Amino acid sequence: MSIEVRNVTKTFGTFTALRDVSLEVRTGELVALLGPSGSGKTTLLRIIAGLETPDRGTLLFHGEDATTRDVRERRVGFVFQHYALFRHMSVFENVAFGLRVMPRKVRPPPAGVRARVHRLLTLVQLDWLADRYPSQLSGGQRQRVALARALAVEPKVLLLDEPFGALDAKVRQELRRWLRRLHNEIHVTGVLVTHDQEEALEVADRVVVMNAGRIEQVGTPEEVFHRPASEFVLHFLGHVNVFHGRVEGDKALFGPVEVDYPNGSPTGSLEVRGFVRPHDLDLAAQPAHDALLEGSITRIHAAGPMVKIEVLSTDGELIHVETSQERYRAHAWAVGQRVYVRPREIKIFANGSRG
Amino acid sequence: MLATELQPPARDAAERATAEPAAVRWLLIAVAGAFLALFLFLPLAAVFAQAFERGVAAYLAVFRDEAARAAIRLTLLTAAIAVPLNMLFGIAAAWAITKFEFRGKSVLTTLIDLPFAVSPVISGLIYVLLFGAQGWLGPWLAAHDIRIIFAVPGIVLATIFVTFPLVARELIPLMQAQGREEEEAAAVLGARGWQTFFRVTLPNIKWGLLYGLILCNARAMGEFGAVSVVSGHIRGLTNTLTLHVEILYNEYNFVGAFALASLLTALALVTLAVKSVVEWRVRRAAAHQEPAFVDG
Repeated sequence: MSIEVRNVTKTFGTFTALRDVSLEVRTGELVALLGPSGSGKTTLLRIIAGLETPDRGTLLFHGEDATTRDVRERRVGFVFQHYALFRHMSVFENVAFGLRVMPRKVRPPPAGVRARVHRLLTLVQLDWLADRYPSQLSGGQRQRVALARALAVEPKVLLLDEPFGALDAKVRQELRRWLRRLHNEIHVTGVLVTHDQEEALEVADRVVVMNAGRIEQVGTPEEVFHRPASEFVLHFLGHVNVFHGRVEGDKALFGPVEVDYPNGSPTGSLEVRGFVRPHDLDLAAQPAHDALLEGSITRIHAAGPMVKIEVLSTDGELIHVETSQERYRAHAWAVGQRVYVRPREIKIFANGSRG
Repeated sequence: MLATELQPPARDAAERATAEPAAVRWLLIAVAGAFLALFLFLPLAAVFAQAFERGVAAYLAVFRDEAARAAIRLTLLTAAIAVPLNMLFGIAAAWAITKFEFRGKSVLTTLIDLPFAVSPVISGLIYVLLFGAQGWLGPWLAAHDIRIIFAVPGIVLATIFVTFPLVARELIPLMQAQGREEEEAAAVLGARGWQTFFRVTLPNIKWGLLYGLILCNARAMGEFGAVSVVSGHIRGLTNTLTLHVEILYNEYNFVGAFALASLLTALALVTLAVKSVVEWRVRRAAAHQEPAFVDG
């Protein structure tokens, strides 16, 4: 089932959680709403679920207006951030709940309920825990019970609110891959809320980056990561170094480095900011014609797949550089060494600071 | 002595850090003990001592008196009406306050505490002013031959008023702590309001609710001030247990007064015992975040 959000606005008292937000989620797609806390992503998810009503705007399920449809009629599966398992019910009863509260006419017989619950618990690999209570489970197990419970009513839409937020890093990664596999198996339309960019980029088909109640960019993980639409998206998807340059004609100049700036600054300002990801910076031991600046290495963090190096420029700015283990070893960089920083790519945004 | 000094268990050492010298400890315990003995155990013992002063036969004879039996029946009737009504009201109020946002919520929260804030005598007088012969609704009630003041309805009304915060105040903090996520989860799964209440909310609050009901019942049976104002003290008709105790005492019928008082005292002791059990279960449920018993 496709979901369409049209011009939705929602305020809580004086706080505007969503400002005129529009979004389309296609059938069978898994979309991540990514943003810092207070960006409105959870509010948007709860509006889709029917747990909040928008002040303005419409919501369409499969092309039909569902704005005022009761939460009980929407047939959505919702996985809460803190799982919200029924604490006085066993795992089995938690998963069976959605079936047991169905109107008598459509409710499956007891044997049918049992079979479906066990099938779901097998799907989430927790069949052996059916008689336990939520308090006796680990965080990751609770998460999977919550997912099984949400899937029990065969929802057309699965909504997940920070599903892995409260778990430790290793469990989180496992569950993330498992969720992706599960989504490929059951083909339900999914919307996932997260503030973890790695999670969004890894799991989702498309990523919706949100900020201050607005959507900053919608795109595939590759698009938002490599072609961010705004400074905010660039900043939110990872560390970035900022360099100050000046505009000359249709060029932006960062020291000896020239970047095309075809339309010039819209405000007529002669100052421009350029952004470079740490992995788009190279270090050289000798002065180079394309070096942005020179400085000295203040810190090397080599434990990890990439080596992180901090360079303090002669202007007193701290620059973050990431390089591969091989190149690090080949150059044998050391703390205190004088280096020249060369960019492979500088991003500039034509429309000023916020994009 | 030497051995214990050589190997002090770690826990003892930690306890010692905050402990007072033995003399201070014993003095404090003795003061507290003496206070309890003087103001709690002594009166408690005195009630039973006085009740049985003329022997078991005289004690039992008190309960064969028709006026005494009527007083016990009236007290039970009052509690039987007031407690269920306050249960419904308490759940409704706690549900509204903790699960919904609405205008005037803080006013409602304050109003719930009102019966605790005013003297029970004033609570009784309110009903006399409303329903009494000279009250606002008095002439209309008299014209329709409805008796509220100096009759059973007045006693029940006054008792309900005095006891109505007890259940709500017990439930509100509990339901606030539990939040509304489980109810939201139930709604998303398609549960109607009443299904959510009976399958999700009620099992989560049952121990707190029981605790509130026990307190409510104890207060309903033991209420004196408000009931005294609206009752009219008609022997055998509008005398509750507490009022009858006072009448017998004023008539120098000490065995009668204390025998009935022993009944109320026993009620208090049972209430305390049940309360401890319930508190223990609530604590256990909170500590393990799991049900104290499993139903269905």
